[in-house]
Amino acid sequence: MTDDTRKQASETAPGPDATPEATPAPYAASLAAAGPMPSAPPRSQWFDVWRQFTHHKGAMLGGIVFILMVLTVFVGPLFWTVDPTFIDIRARNSQAITSCILTFSQMFSCFADPSSVGIKASWAHPLGADQLGRDTLARMMAGGQTSLSVGIAAMVLSLILGSLFGVLAGYFRKLDGPLMRMTDLFLALPLLPLLLVMVLLFREPLSAAFGPETGIFILIVVAIGITSWMPAARIVRGDVLALKEREFVLAARSIGTTNTKMISRHILPNVISPIMVSATLGIANAIITESALSFLGLGFPPDFPTWGRLLFDSIDYMQQNPERVILPGVAISLTVLSVNYLGDGLRDALDPRLRGR
Amino acid sequence: MRTKSLLLGAAAAFAMAPAAMAERGADGHVNVIYWQAPSILNPYLSGGTKDIESSSVVIEPLGRYDQDGNLVPYLATEIPTLENGGVSEDLTSITWKLKEGLLWSDGTPVTSKDVVFTAEYCMHPEGGCAQLAKFNNVASVEAIDDLTVKVTFENAQPNPYGPFMGGQSPILQAAQFADCLGAAAPQCTEANFGPIGTGPFKVDEFRPNDVISLSANPNYRDPAKPAFATMTFKGGGDAAAAGRAVLETGEFDYAWNLQLAPEVIAEMESAGKGKTVVGFGTLVERIEMNLTNPSSDLPPETRATVAEPHPILTDFKVRKALSMAIDRELLTELGYGQAGRATCNLVPSPEMYASETNTECLTQDIEGAKALLDEAGWTVGSGGIREKDGMKLSLLFQTSTNAVRQDFQALIKQWWGEIGVETELRNVSGSVFFGGDPGSPDTFQKFYADVEMYANNFDGTDPQSYLSMYKCGNEPKPSSQWQGENINRFCNEEYDALLKELAQTGELEKRGELAKKLNDIITKETMTIVPLVDRGRVSAHSNTLGGVVLNTWDSELWNVADWYRIK
Amino acid sequence: MLTYTIRRLVLAVPTLLFISVVIFLLLQLAPGDPMAQVPLTVPPEVKQKMREALGLGDSIYVQFWKWLVQFFWVEPQVLIDNIFGTHFADGKLRVLSWQTRSPVMDIVVQRLPQTLWVVGMSYVVGVLIALPIGIYSAYRQYSVFDQLGTFISMVGFSVPTFFTGVLLIVVFSVGLGWFPSIYDTTLQVNDWASFKLQIRQMVLPVFVLALYNAAQISRFMRASMLDNLNQDYVRTARAKGLGERVVVLVHVLRNSLIPVVTVIALGVPQVFGGAIITEQVFKVNGLGQLLITAIEANDLPMVQTLTFIFAVLIVLFNLVADVLYGILDPRIRYD
Repeated sequence: MTDDTRKQASETAPGPDATPEATPAPYAASLAAAGPMPSAPPRSQWFDVWRQFTHHKGAMLGGIVFILMVLTVFVGPLFWTVDPTFIDIRARNSQAITSCILTFSQMFSCFADPSSVGIKASWAHPLGADQLGRDTLARMMAGGQTSLSVGIAAMVLSLILGSLFGVLAGYFRKLDGPLMRMTDLFLALPLLPLLLVMVLLFREPLSAAFGPETGIFILIVVAIGITSWMPAARIVRGDVLALKEREFVLAARSIGTTNTKMISRHILPNVISPIMVSATLGIANAIITESALSFLGLGFPPDFPTWGRLLFDSIDYMQQNPERVILPGVAISLTVLSVNYLGDGLRDALDPRLRGR
Repeated sequence: MRTKSLLLGAAAAFAMAPAAMAERGADGHVNVIYWQAPSILNPYLSGGTKDIESSSVVIEPLGRYDQDGNLVPYLATEIPTLENGGVSEDLTSITWKLKEGLLWSDGTPVTSKDVVFTAEYCMHPEGGCAQLAKFNNVASVEAIDDLTVKVTFENAQPNPYGPFMGGQSPILQAAQFADCLGAAAPQCTEANFGPIGTGPFKVDEFRPNDVISLSANPNYRDPAKPAFATMTFKGGGDAAAAGRAVLETGEFDYAWNLQLAPEVIAEMESAGKGKTVVGFGTLVERIEMNLTNPSSDLPPETRATVAEPHPILTDFKVRKALSMAIDRELLTELGYGQAGRATCNLVPSPEMYASETNTECLTQDIEGAKALLDEAGWTVGSGGIREKDGMKLSLLFQTSTNAVRQDFQALIKQWWGEIGVETELRNVSGSVFFGGDPGSPDTFQKFYADVEMYANNFDGTDPQSYLSMYKCGNEPKPSSQWQGENINRFCNEEYDALLKELAQTGELEKRGELAKKLNDIITKETMTIVPLVDRGRVSAHSNTLGGVVLNTWDSELWNVADWYRIK
Repeated sequence: MLTYTIRRLVLAVPTLLFISVVIFLLLQLAPGDPMAQVPLTVPPEVKQKMREALGLGDSIYVQFWKWLVQFFWVEPQVLIDNIFGTHFADGKLRVLSWQTRSPVMDIVVQRLPQTLWVVGMSYVVGVLIALPIGIYSAYRQYSVFDQLGTFISMVGFSVPTFFTGVLLIVVFSVGLGWFPSIYDTTLQVNDWASFKLQIRQMVLPVFVLALYNAAQISRFMRASMLDNLNQDYVRTARAKGLGERVVVLVHVLRNSLIPVVTVIALGVPQVFGGAIITEQVFKVNGLGQLLITAIEANDLPMVQTLTFIFAVLIVLFNLVADVLYGILDPRIRYD
């Protein structure tokens, strides 16, 4: 609380006596935040953040969608117990039951018995089945478990690395050179050979230590994480370089704020928005990279569905069974969109100038 | 002048009316797409199929195989045989005669010196020639006169058609490649990218891994051919894109090797712009059983070597049961459609070498497989997985990354699950799997898995060297840097004895019998190799492209001189 | 700033040398073999001989030294020869690709036009679309325009190009027949008709890539603008009576550009690296396709050279970004 008010004080140097009538929307918002101190008893900073967050419509919608997705893929298989790898050869290339809607007049008889109107679909496979007759609904749920876990874990790892290196390089002049040259190195390394080498060196030791599935999970998350942190690091560093020279930082330094405090209280909250954008882009990137890995044979075993893989495998069937590409495509997009709105909400909530709007 | 050429043109068109093509270059332009882009036009420096096929429109061998695997003369007047005296009685030499009046595309005459030079070029010890195996056992190649070449072998060769036969060993122009022998070979970029040839087309521009622009060879031996004046040979993309460009958008006239699911091809074909052609050769998709123990607990010196027999797969009954559980007809239908035939043979053709009695495996027999495993002492334990002496019947099944192979893996895993075998699947990127890097654990030679699946075939029509791969001692092992062709580490005295006999037999009928016996030993009698599908080749051509005859025994573009535009 | 730039340029030399060593070791360590694409019908002894002919028998040090000499000594000579018609490099061994047995640099030069046409153009288009969208969405945060922009850019980024590319081909090439599905790299643009052809074949790949690039850049632009729109200097500027246009497009924009400059600078080397998937989908056969085929064929000299050129560009453009920071915000000091 105190740091924030101090920061506001230092930033609102010209004083709030500018004419409020002439101010456009964003200005009015910050003015409201900078207004008189609330007379109510002091609350914790995080309570304010949370309250602001819950009042953000986009964030709430994003959060609900995200939780729904997580629930569907993790709890759904308890209700829809079809094995995602089970091959029901007679159902191969079944269409989703929703394709009945396109039969218009015969829609109801179609929903009752799709084969009566010549559509290959059945309630046994409500979202259809792939070229071998594996159930799409079960595969989407199983794939979501992997894709969401890998996507989020890899994104978090890459953000932690990126923000850490970015803040350190931007804030401490001595570290700037070495850290940024290391970033250059990582940016320059060819991705595919690097991944091949990682798999070659670490697959067997990790499988031995954590079991095959967890081992591969760790390997994939680490592989994606350490090959995707560099843009975030460069962006964060650029912002920190500029922030560090701003008045409120100088003011904070002049009253003897330690480096740790300075970074956690003043620098980090002010670079949260590029980090949030990196997070949203990172999750999409991780889900797609994972599918590229399994395509190269570096990821999960081939019968292990993931959203990226489902999408890739269905490209050839785009014309016959459009829902096979639409489903994983929509799932990935929804995840990214919901994370994006969560990020927007978090960013707004962490911005003291917007709080209370 | 104009009237005269018009008249001539009309006269020519009239005279040639029944034939579709009138004169060289009359049909304009043809577009060909190969989704693997050619890297070089000298097949001696790259063994890649894409390079052999693309160069085959420019440079030609003395003879080729036709669509049925028969030998047909190209630059030679006829195919030398025992009957016509071209092959010596003791099978140690073969004499080729060149056609008279042959010209290179630059107008100089083709002589026997060019043929001798080609052999010298490939057999140079420092050249790293990719087709050296074609010149195996060649003692000398000499020019008898300007048009006669005699190849002498070190010992009797029942099949003397290695050198200068088929797309792999075309004739190079001595004048062009004179300074490119041995270590200098890679520096002759200009020659490697634009060889002067005798084929129907000559290279105008070659962009490696991208596109070749070709035009009709003015000195081609048949003055009426080729019907097309120019050709674009585009490379790159994937099989689906190539198929789409021919079958759906009609941008291209010919697409090579459409490895796509049958229903995808059918959907594309329904657009009505082109059709597919199918041909069968010797390519067989198979499962190979590892007879040695690939366990990671073993030290690297003995892991997957003959010192450590496989704890499960050395039992014939287990191998047999695994084979019985597979429904090959269904695999073929799902994976290859019209471009596949279920097979139990390692050598599916030519007819005289294919074992026709080996058909037992074509019917799936889950119950029989279960009974066989019971008999072998594997009893059903927890979770439906069979066990014996505390060991689970659990296998690691690897293959290269490829949509059809991953589908096969999933299906086979399910069938093996039904008979109580647990299967772990792994796919490996093709460039690692088929590369022989001894440092990688994932190559097919190293075989750090229990079973693996891939396809293999043989060049030409004679299976002797193919069957010799499974000779005892030819297995990949640490001492040979994991190079070797006996992938299963198979060792069988009877088999080796028959191989020796085959190498000394010249009589075709007897060779056929021996080859069938060898094929049966390695497949149905020991189930070391479990063949699944005899894979054909599917290519596509547009409705307006005529004269296409798909050939799987040689380059697909073997008769490109006869292609014409249907009007 | 000048001393800083010079110091960084000098420092770039050892950095790049170190990067080249790391790349080389990485490629050596990676599993793979240049014989992977040679059919199985070629026996192992022959493959062994082919490997020796490629120089694979040499020790790692010798191989690396050879590459260093060829790349830093022979190739510049070839360049001089080409410009001035001299003969310094005659008879000297250049960096040769293992796949094509021809000089790597010649192929790179051959590939540049299509990569610049397609990937470069899409980057320019992407940036030009992204900046106004980012600025306007931030200025009217949570407006319909902003929501729509967010939706399109997020979908554009999260749906991979291997899907959008094929989708566009199916719709516009197969269905409507408006654009070709295969890029013709031999097309010479020398008149209006060929220019129109060139535009037609560029439309689809440029659209796919521009969507992807614009999505990314517009998000950073928007976020950064939002951070700055509420700053006090904006209020001060408005209080001084500056026009809204000047406030937003001069003051706020300039201060918001730092992360955007970073992202754009990070993307420029990638233009030269090509767009691997999009080039594959549309058969553009530029540098991205060159790199991926070289990796698949384990053509180490080609991969090494391409990656190194890529590394030079990365170091260079990150330096450019650092210099631009100083110009955009004079308070940033490096010395």
